[in-house]
Amino acid sequence: MAPALVWLTALMVVPCALMLALAFFRRGIYGGIDYTFTLENFGLVFDPLYASIFLKSARIAGTATLIAVVIGYAAAYAISAAPRRWQPVFLFFAVLPFWSNYLIRTYAWIVLLNREGLITQLLRWSGYTGEPPSMLYTEGAVIAGLVYNYLPFVILACYAPLSRLNPELAEASRDLGASAATTFRRVILPLTVPGIAAGAVFVFVLSIGNFVTPALLGGGRFQMIGNLVYDQFLTANDWPFGAALAMALIAIMLLVLMAQALAADRASGRAAQAVGGTDG
Amino acid sequence: MIATSPRRRALKVSSIALGLALALSAPAMAADLVISNWDGYMAPDAMAAFKTATGVSGEVVVHATNEEIMGKLIAAGGKGYDVVFVSSPFAEVLNKLGLTEPMDHAKIPNLANLYPEATKLPHDVGNSFSVPYTWGTTGLCYRSDLVKTAPTSWSDLLAPSDALKGKTTMLATDRWLLAAGQLDKGFSVNETDPAKMAEVKDLLISAKKTLLAYDDTTFYSKLVSGEALMVQAWDGWCNYGIAEKPEIKYVIPKEGSDLWVDTMVVMKASEHKDDAFKFINFMLDAKNHAWAAQNIDYKVPNKPAMESLPADFLAKFPNMAMPVADLVKFEQLRDVGEAQRDYSKIVSEIKAAQ
Repeated sequence: MAPALVWLTALMVVPCALMLALAFFRRGIYGGIDYTFTLENFGLVFDPLYASIFLKSARIAGTATLIAVVIGYAAAYAISAAPRRWQPVFLFFAVLPFWSNYLIRTYAWIVLLNREGLITQLLRWSGYTGEPPSMLYTEGAVIAGLVYNYLPFVILACYAPLSRLNPELAEASRDLGASAATTFRRVILPLTVPGIAAGAVFVFVLSIGNFVTPALLGGGRFQMIGNLVYDQFLTANDWPFGAALAMALIAIMLLVLMAQALAADRASGRAAQAVGGTDG
Repeated sequence: MIATSPRRRALKVSSIALGLALALSAPAMAADLVISNWDGYMAPDAMAAFKTATGVSGEVVVHATNEEIMGKLIAAGGKGYDVVFVSSPFAEVLNKLGLTEPMDHAKIPNLANLYPEATKLPHDVGNSFSVPYTWGTTGLCYRSDLVKTAPTSWSDLLAPSDALKGKTTMLATDRWLLAAGQLDKGFSVNETDPAKMAEVKDLLISAKKTLLAYDDTTFYSKLVSGEALMVQAWDGWCNYGIAEKPEIKYVIPKEGSDLWVDTMVVMKASEHKDDAFKFINFMLDAKNHAWAAQNIDYKVPNKPAMESLPADFLAKFPNMAMPVADLVKFEQLRDVGEAQRDYSKIVSEIKAAQ
């Protein structure tokens, strides 16, 4: 316990506390920090401009999460339904992209989506002759990049509960006259909510703070909160405001994690009921 | 922030990921002299040649952006570095913070190589704390084979013809992004009046709807591939495009440009000031300075160095041959102090606009 506590303090608590402290000061005229106490940085977070960037980031991250969960759950379901000996192979392929660098994977999307990219060439090859479609540097490109990069998290998180699911539960449901759809909706889905919630939180939390994907696939035209924090630290040299923005971001992430814990808690209650648990 | 050679591109991208992590790390202190420069901004063998010439050994650490090295210098009070390469507004800030050592002209005889104009630059008249290393303009870089009428005005970029919509880029860095709007409106590139800056903001928000991207690292390769047809560019970077595709041309709009200057400064905290001046003197040697012009395709403020450039090089990159008198007509970006925060907010508003 003690080593874990030291590790947590040194690597999490101390840096966060330092950043939190910074947020209460002013930017010096030439950058750096002017140690005069102020709350204005936190006030500025709620300025309509910055609040709208928070909302937009949440919307983009939310959309990416939704898409990643639908695709990821379907993939995890398919893998868990495959013959046992093939499952590790499929999982291996699902996480294979993680073995290459995030930047390289993101650049690959530029190669795919740019105006004379692979997708346009495919269109041309199939007989399309009009103007090449504009796909790169759009919100769609940013969302595609986020979904692609974080999909393996969802697959792994959903695969775990799906593969542990007792097949007898589905069998019992069918014996009692439920259709396949009802079985899925009322038995399988509720039992795998913790996996979905864990996967969704991964995608949402990693997406909302992301700044590389919007910078590269959004062409700088889509600013997310991560880019704003980056700009405050590295361009405007306004560390206090950057710190305040980062604290707001951390607060949002904590809220999301609490919601996930709540969902997982409820689901485990339901799971206990479903298998004839003690409180039934 | 100004300009990075192609060799520096990879570094800049990785800096996006590493910038924060590195912001406070100090350089290794093994060598006598520690120089911080952009990657590829001086000859790879410069330090070896410097050692042969003076017996002083030195080490080069690289920074990807002005902001990155500024973060390190401000956090550490300038300790750990002897000579630092930064753009002029940043040199100005370092001087205001008292972190720069006055230039000892007696120890830098090669200052005589500088064009007289380069000794009177407004950010530091008389080179009291900085020495210019490279300089140039910011203008329009375009595909002359694909753009019907050659651009002449910033409006050609900010309110492009239908054929160019979705095929233009602007620089992503705050000051230059704003400068395009400021120049188009006929304002100073250091304008801070809120009413005027609101006009600039509206103009740049309407321009955003026609842009392909904000890009200050790969815009010239977008021109080469035809992804973009006209981009806001630093002259030296346009030259990288021209080197790959001669149909690419550079023009300074009729409303003008800024005069950007990358400088060398000696840190007050340096423990090797004499050697630092020796290093600056070495870089101002005509042959060494000509390396920068010929290899990073930037103009250098060194008369004998510029006069040594081969005719075919100047023919290939016409903007290298620009007369110095024309260059220094343009206004330099200056440190705007407190107004920097307003600038950042305006840029955020532009980038957040739909």
